[in-house]
Amino acid sequence: MTEWFDMGKYGLYVWSSYGLFALMLLWDLLWPWWKGRSLRQQILHRARREHARQQSTSELPLP
Amino acid sequence: MNPIVRWFHQLGSPPYFYWFAGRAMPWFYGAALPMLLWGVWTALYVVPVDYQQGDSYRILFIHVPAAWMSLFIYFVMCVNAFIALVWRIKLSELLAMHSAPLGAAFTLLTLLTGSLWGKPMWGTWWTWDARLTSELVLLFLYLGVMGLYAAIEDRRSAARAAGFLALIGIINVPIVHFSVEWWNTLHQGATIKLFGRSSMDPSMIAPLIALAFATKLWFLGSLLARTRVALVEAEIGKEWVRESLVNPKATRGESA
Repeated sequence: MTEWFDMGKYGLYVWSSYGLFALMLLWDLLWPWWKGRSLRQQILHRARREHARQQSTSELPLP
Repeated sequence: MNPIVRWFHQLGSPPYFYWFAGRAMPWFYGAALPMLLWGVWTALYVVPVDYQQGDSYRILFIHVPAAWMSLFIYFVMCVNAFIALVWRIKLSELLAMHSAPLGAAFTLLTLLTGSLWGKPMWGTWWTWDARLTSELVLLFLYLGVMGLYAAIEDRRSAARAAGFLALIGIINVPIVHFSVEWWNTLHQGATIKLFGRSSMDPSMIAPLIALAFATKLWFLGSLLARTRVALVEAEIGKEWVRESLVNPKATRGESA
């Protein structure tokens, strides 16, 4: 097993290449998810505020 | 109308694309992942050691697919930028602009893994050689497209300007590809040939092909995911966005 990690003394170069690849894929997977989540919160926040405004205006006494 | 043509027209509609991308995306990732895992496993564990380069050549299985992707994504970006400029299709603008980040990431990965391979084999992290320099120019082109897109306030004129820059930059794609033939470089020539004999052992070709396909499928899944989110951002005030986010089950975007 240690032999496998050593990669015939090229371990550092080989494993860091594969590590960078994994990091890149992870970043790529998380970015749209994270961005979508923040947009969803923004939209829900806006919808709630609008709803609250409608509620408060309907409670006002008619002139 | 021909059903395929009609489907293409329908795909241009933001609510429909949002629905479609949401359904198709998991399939792309789902198909890419097992191929990716098999490819990495085979590349690291199964294939034999190279008689000249020892284990260091295992970097090839990341470096070469990443390099292919850096050019492939640039091409996809340009096709979309061209459609966006000629027919003014908003979806194509977004597809072009959201190809760029992953393209830049693959280009950077190519340069970094190349560097990590170059150090033990050539004795240097970097050299101003035709292949390396043209790949670096490719990275700057991606960054230029992303920077220009981010710098202009109006999203649609930003996409048009950045798309135009992308189209001018396509001249670099054949330069990257043929640099090893046109100039005397330290970088080796193509080992894998689409036409003619490849100078690589068949047992080593299998994981390389698997990773090349896996990265392509992954890119398609990622492009759908990114464009889907970008579409929500672009149309944030619209009714379909609110409907599909507040009530995600009401689908197919037929309201718009």
